[in-house]
Amino acid sequence: MNLFTTVFIMVRRDLILALRHKSELLTALFFFVIVVNLLPLGVGPDPKLLSKIAPGVLWIGALLATLLGLPRLFAHDYQDGSLEQLSLSPHSFTLIVLGKIMAHWLVAGLPVVLITPFLGIQFNLSGPIIAVMMATLLLGTPVLSLIGSIGAALTLGVRGGGVLLSLLILPLYIPVLIFGAGAAEAYRSGLDMSGYFWLLAALDILALFFAPWVSAVALKVALE
Amino acid sequence: MNLSVSNLSCQRGERLLFENISFELNPHQWCHVTGENGAGKTSLLRLCAGLTNPLSGLIKWGGIPLKEDTDRFHQDTLYLGHANALKEELSPLENLQLMSQLDGSPATEEAILTVLDRWGLLGREELPVRVLSAGQRRRVLLSRLTLKPCPLWILDEPFNALDRRAIQTLYELFNQHLEQGGLLLITSHQAIEMTDGMSVNL
Repeated sequence: MNLFTTVFIMVRRDLILALRHKSELLTALFFFVIVVNLLPLGVGPDPKLLSKIAPGVLWIGALLATLLGLPRLFAHDYQDGSLEQLSLSPHSFTLIVLGKIMAHWLVAGLPVVLITPFLGIQFNLSGPIIAVMMATLLLGTPVLSLIGSIGAALTLGVRGGGVLLSLLILPLYIPVLIFGAGAAEAYRSGLDMSGYFWLLAALDILALFFAPWVSAVALKVALE
Repeated sequence: MNLSVSNLSCQRGERLLFENISFELNPHQWCHVTGENGAGKTSLLRLCAGLTNPLSGLIKWGGIPLKEDTDRFHQDTLYLGHANALKEELSPLENLQLMSQLDGSPATEEAILTVLDRWGLLGREELPVRVLSAGQRRRVLLSRLTLKPCPLWILDEPFNALDRRAIQTLYELFNQHLEQGGLLLITSHQAIEMTDGMSVNL
């Protein structure tokens, strides 16, 4: 069985389902915009201050927006019996899970990356810093989806799983937050920021290698 | 290929559902798993489908323990459980196209429409599943019996929500499957109108 075919079938499937549920599709994006826009109301309109805190704010917004859709990543398929059928497919269940994670990133992570320039302008960020922010988000948000899938799988079918998911996953997001926001700060200070990008890329590779596999194992346990 | 179950025991939480269940199902044979509510019929079927692990005992497919060659077993088996496993936002046609792709035997639109016609669903193939009745949803799910060619069918209460015509269609499929050397493991609260079957009572 072609590995890419399995992933492609699942990505396509979940994207079609997301497009039929437009409210779910837009929830993460609107949540990101609202969270990022609420902060200036709290700290005041000082352009210098806003510009300074913008990378951190954008990253926390992205992190929370990703977290918002995670409880639903496997829940619908679990409830309607599809997950059981997916686990019995002759296709690799790990690749099926990877396809679902990729679809989650396309729905929750990519729109956040694409809307960042507009929010960056709002925060008085310069063009190069906006570009750095977009690059770090592009590298970092897949890690959020990948790590988040482990939490979503571990808390599947658990009462109050949403809260537990946040408690499990948020600490694991800390390195991504530090490296992601740190790159913009390094650029602003005139320091070499390549290290941050390498670290984010390393997290991408590690998460890509382990997260779908761990999630698939956790899902099989949940299905028992 | 045969399905062999030996000394199977199953526990759910603290409760022992059944123990030392043994049977063998050969080509052309069918087996009706009977028992009261909560006796463990669904659990036995899920064990045989490789969805859960037994407390003790062994299940073999073609003489090989399930866990040793799950890929081949999944290819050779179709398990249909209580849940319809249909996406409500998709049409029957889209659901079946997706399922056949994931089953590893992609079906053409024409093939799916032929099957839907047999189940009396032609004309509803483009409607979202959420607007279909419970019986119609069940019929969409049962369409997979024709779309996934495999020797072992494990069916949990397949007659649920079906009308007389659909039940007749299902019996025709069962007979056809068994004639072709298939195996059928089934639970149902209603009597099964077929002969020469074996029975496992829990």
